[in-house]
Amino acid sequence: MRYAMAIDTKKCVGCGDCVVACQTENNVPHGYCRDWIVERVDGTYPSLDLEFRSERCNHCDNSPCVRCCPTGASHIEDGGIVLVEHNKCIGCGACIQSCPYDARYSHPEGYVDKCTFCIHRVKKGQNPACVEVCPTKCLHFGDLDDPNSDVSLAIKDRKWKVLAPEAGTKPQLYFLT
Amino acid sequence: MKTRRDFIKISTVGAGAAAITYKAFGSKGFGLFESNSVDPVSDEELTPYPTYCEVCFWKCAAWAYVDKSGKIRKIVGNKNDPHCNGRLCPRGTGGVGMVYDEDRLKTPLIRETRTDGTQHFREATWEEALDKVASKMKEVKEKYGPEAFGLFNHGTPGGQFHHLLRAYGSESNAEPAFANCRGPRSSAYFSTFGAYVGSPESTDIRDTNCLVLIGSHIGENMHNSQVQEMSDAIDKGATIITVDPRYSTAAAHSSFWLPIKPATDIALLMAWIHVLIYEGLYDKDYVEKYTFGLEYLKDHVKNMTPEWAYGITTIEPEQIRKTARAMAGAAPAVVIHPGRHVVWYGDDTQRGRAMAILTALLGAWGKRGGLYFPEGVSVPAYPHPHFHEPEWTWKDWNAGRYPLATMGITTELLKASVPKYNYKHQVKAWLVAGTNLPLSMPDKRLFKEAADAVEFIAVMDTMPMDITGYADVVLPEATYLERYDVIRSAANREPNIALRMPAIEPKYNTKPGWWIAKQIGERLGLHDYFNFEDYSEVIDWQLKQLGTSLEEMKKIGVKKYPRKSGPLYLGDGEDFEFNTSTGKIELYSVDFADHGFDPIPKYTKHPEPPANFYRLIYGRAPMHTFSRTSNNPNLSDLMSENSVWVNPKVADLWGLKRDQEVWLKNQDGVITSFPVKVRVTERIRWDSVYMVHGFGHNNKKLSRAFGRGASDTEMITNVAVDPIMGGTGMRGNFITFLTEDPALEGKEVKA
Repeated sequence: MRYAMAIDTKKCVGCGDCVVACQTENNVPHGYCRDWIVERVDGTYPSLDLEFRSERCNHCDNSPCVRCCPTGASHIEDGGIVLVEHNKCIGCGACIQSCPYDARYSHPEGYVDKCTFCIHRVKKGQNPACVEVCPTKCLHFGDLDDPNSDVSLAIKDRKWKVLAPEAGTKPQLYFLT
Repeated sequence: MKTRRDFIKISTVGAGAAAITYKAFGSKGFGLFESNSVDPVSDEELTPYPTYCEVCFWKCAAWAYVDKSGKIRKIVGNKNDPHCNGRLCPRGTGGVGMVYDEDRLKTPLIRETRTDGTQHFREATWEEALDKVASKMKEVKEKYGPEAFGLFNHGTPGGQFHHLLRAYGSESNAEPAFANCRGPRSSAYFSTFGAYVGSPESTDIRDTNCLVLIGSHIGENMHNSQVQEMSDAIDKGATIITVDPRYSTAAAHSSFWLPIKPATDIALLMAWIHVLIYEGLYDKDYVEKYTFGLEYLKDHVKNMTPEWAYGITTIEPEQIRKTARAMAGAAPAVVIHPGRHVVWYGDDTQRGRAMAILTALLGAWGKRGGLYFPEGVSVPAYPHPHFHEPEWTWKDWNAGRYPLATMGITTELLKASVPKYNYKHQVKAWLVAGTNLPLSMPDKRLFKEAADAVEFIAVMDTMPMDITGYADVVLPEATYLERYDVIRSAANREPNIALRMPAIEPKYNTKPGWWIAKQIGERLGLHDYFNFEDYSEVIDWQLKQLGTSLEEMKKIGVKKYPRKSGPLYLGDGEDFEFNTSTGKIELYSVDFADHGFDPIPKYTKHPEPPANFYRLIYGRAPMHTFSRTSNNPNLSDLMSENSVWVNPKVADLWGLKRDQEVWLKNQDGVITSFPVKVRVTERIRWDSVYMVHGFGHNNKKLSRAFGRGASDTEMITNVAVDPIMGGTGMRGNFITFLTEDPALEGKEVKA
């Protein structure tokens, strides 16, 4: 089992719904977020290109945050979901430094926090909150080992890219282009 | 890193953004919940209550999930609802912030003058506040007649107060949604097809082959089901054609983007019509069977060639032909989107007519993938005595002008409130419910004049919006998540109704709109018009008439009914009579000709910005509605202020840098109250600037929104009035930049 997410940049409108849905689902404090939107503009008027990306933790196969965590708080769960066990975390921030995606933040309660792929929902067979809410249905989630999962089907016939492939982290967010 | 021009994170904090530390936040706004529970709560531990959203006018049905401590944890769309299909937009998802915004209006307020002459609000009891409003209404009725009591309304609270005013004897109401927003479109489509496009618009985007957006920025306006259907259309490979001087999100997702010179849309539309007719690409059978006036139209557009339009619009003739042919190739499954906020240049009804004519030539009205025939559920009125007809209504302010206005014109209501305009029918007092006039109407000077002139203003709102600063009495309404409300019954593909019930008890000392209206009504001796104890009785009675009940609706939230009006689309060759004077779709408008208006749209040249000035274009961001959400803790997290978009060429001319604060000054010398940050971006033309509407709030009580960004509305002092229906064209305003604080001018500054 390998959980992953595909984000269709041809459909995303950058509305931020995924951000608010995550905030209310996971009780993320105001002023912080586990997922965010990147807007990228290329070209000069009127020959332009615009890409929106909904980004979050990449739940990497080769995760530097897990390797560098001194307490074992950052660890890998079933299906490759990277999690932080809050009670074990001492808030040292080594993982924040090591993450090429800037996906982690220091929670005011003193631990490091980030996207969990909504594991509490996924375990019950539901989609993560961001996937569930997206009005353009540009987020696809599922098990890469299952060829018929939403995410497998999404990346099957489309061009995709991952972010910062040079970091060698084997990220599991696939951006459809 | 690749080269990039703009790289902007629309997020609270993350890559590249300055790290926000705990200290920067103080102890404010930290989690909505005292118990900062680490683990999310599973849905099984929450109780869902049905509601429909009031953050915008789309009114998506949803479930508000309440935890065991009585807190609303999240709001999730109702899967059975055609407005949202189970997926709310960011505003709807963030609706929870409306309830837990600590800046909410908490208790009634009454304006008082201190002994030193200064004025302030003092907290009051409901009893006192309601007595005050009712006694003022009695006084106005005795002195001037009930018609002199005006109502500005918007959204569901408006409905409750409209009922109160009708019972009291006044129909002097207006809402910004008509003359300051979608009115021209209504008049245009009604005069062409004898029907309205409605809300949600009856656009069949789901099954379209070609979607044409003229200044409509779906994806930034989050008209939910349309955003979703546009996404489906992208999946199906539909052609999307976007006309916009700005590289909007929709433009970025389009097959064709026509970066038009602002204020020239009618020329483009007429050239498209020219191509369809003169290349024989229009739907001949449809046009022959259902329309009136093709010969007039053909003659009218004879010289309106793509080459003619090129000189006006800057869109190359080949692009005009290519897009016209793309539409024809996709016909009849083409949606020419009627738009929503269409008050631009004062000839907006005529632009709407051109869009409607284009729709007819493509044979798309009443066709799959074009515009469908919507059907709604008619909710029976709860029994009450007959309303007495007022001596005069909003229609009488128009005094024969704006013959096609179908609703009160807000600007006219303002003018009727100022004695110097000498209106035969004067307005002496206002009720304002759910609309923030200083930011929702152009020409603040007129608003201030009128607010000064009237004897009394009562404002009902959930937030200390700018308008509350002008009130004599402030009535704090419970948010939509804390109240029963009217049954939603908007027309759709399938007739349906949705219930709004309270998920929690009203916080603080706030009350539902229905209760406030009823209490005032009781005090005016209008008990028979409010013959219920609790609004749930009204809803239950209505639902029982509709074959369901409050009990059932509490479980399902949305109920669908079979269509009775016939199929969604016209059958092939089906006879059909349109509700127009000729019984046909009017390419040539007989009504317009009768009233002395152009029966077929003409392009007229509009003023252009003078040297060093730029046209102010304004619009929406997906996470905000009007000026209503800028203080919402969840939504201001996503976007806390607006910026002014400036093309890099213009920024170079002025030496403007990204995030530099500037003040804007318009052609009439009006300067923004607050500075606004510059966003240098290729996404806007060099003759225009762009701002998101709804920022630059002036009320200090809005702790997150006060002074954040600038108000586009302040810059809109030049209004081009549409003679057909009174729409207020607002895109004829030009701004220039001030890089120094204008407040320092003439003051001694220590060097």
